[in-house]
Amino acid sequence: MSDEIKLSPAQLDALREIGNIGAGNSATALSQIINRRIDMNVPRVSMVPLDKVPDLVGGPDAIVVGIFLRVYGKAPGNILFLLPQKSAYYLVDTLMGKKHGETEKLDYMDESALMEIGNILSGAYLNAFYTFTQISMLPSIPALAMDMAGAILNVVLVQLGQMGDQALVMETEFLAEDDGINGHFFLVPDPGSLEILISAVGVE
Amino acid sequence: MAELIRVGMADYKVGRSPATIISYGLGSCIGISLYDPQEKVGGLLHIMLPDSTQARPSDNPAKFADTGLPLMLKDVLALGAVKSRLVAKIAGGAQMFAFANATDIMRVGARNAEAAKAMLKKLDIRLLAEDTGGTYGRTVSIDLVTGSYHVKTIDKGEKEI
Repeated sequence: MSDEIKLSPAQLDALREIGNIGAGNSATALSQIINRRIDMNVPRVSMVPLDKVPDLVGGPDAIVVGIFLRVYGKAPGNILFLLPQKSAYYLVDTLMGKKHGETEKLDYMDESALMEIGNILSGAYLNAFYTFTQISMLPSIPALAMDMAGAILNVVLVQLGQMGDQALVMETEFLAEDDGINGHFFLVPDPGSLEILISAVGVE
Repeated sequence: MAELIRVGMADYKVGRSPATIISYGLGSCIGISLYDPQEKVGGLLHIMLPDSTQARPSDNPAKFADTGLPLMLKDVLALGAVKSRLVAKIAGGAQMFAFANATDIMRVGARNAEAAKAMLKKLDIRLLAEDTGGTYGRTVSIDLVTGSYHVKTIDKGEKEI
C-alpha cells in the first residue's frame, strides 16, 4: 500500500466522540421535525476497504434512497444519507402528513422534503464539527437518487479510489421509536482532509 | 445449478461454461466482459476509474481500465481463450446525481466508458455491445454458456446485450 494514513486508537476515539455529538445534534433535529423520538447507535468510525463499504447498508444491490451533499471549506468531503426504500417512504408519510403505507413512489415534493431533511441533518452535524475543531464546513445543496446502494456509494468511493484503497467512514444509524425509519449517515472526508481534521482534533 | 461467481468493486473474475459471472450495483463503474464463444470461457472486470496514471499508486490494478483489462486478458487467455476470437461488452458509467456544476469527478462514468473503449481498441479486442451512461445503477452478469450479457436496473427494466 502506498501511503495510507494510519489512525491511532486515540485518534479514532476522538473522531468517534465528535461524530457522536454531530449525530446527536442531527438526531435531535430530525426528532423535532417528525415529532418522534429518534435513537441512534454509537457512531462507527473506521477505515473500511472501499469494496466493503456497500455491505454496511445491506449489500450493493439493496434499494436505497441516497441524499448527497458535497462539503466545502478547509476540510472538504462528502455527506451521504442513505435510507432503505421502505424507511424513505415511511419518512415521507410522516413528513407529508400521509397515512403510513400511502407513499408508493417519490414525487417531486417528496424528494424535495427528503432533501431538506438531508440538509438539516448535515447542518447539525457539521456545526458540531465546527464547535470541536474550529474548522468551518459548509454543505452544498443536496441531490437525491433512488437506486442500488452500490451505485449510489460509487459517487463517494470514486473520489477516494484515486488516492487509496480505504475510506474513513463516520457512520451513524438512526432509528425512530417505532422502528419505521432507519437511516445511515456517512461523512467521508476527502483524502487530503483527513490530516487537517486529525491535527485539529489534537490527539496523537 | 451453474456456478454463480461474484465480482466485487475494483476486481475481476474469470471462468468457464456453465458458470455465470455477476457484479452488483454499478453506478459510475463499468463492467467489462470478455468472451471466447468457441472455448466458452470469459471474464468480468469491474473498474472504478479510467486511468491509473492520474491516481496514486495502488496495490490494486483491477481498479483502473488501463491496468485492469490487460490483467484479465492474461487470465482469460490462460483458460484457453484465443485472442482473435475474444469479444467484449461493456455496461455502466452512469452519473448518479445530477448537479448543475458537475465537476470532473461527477462525470467519471463517461470517462470510464471512454477509457474502457480506448483500452479495448489498444488491445485489439472487438467491442460487440455497450449499455452506458444514464443516471441509474446496473447489475451486470455474463452467462458463459451463451456469452449473453445481462443488464438489470431498478426501474429501467432488464436487457440482454
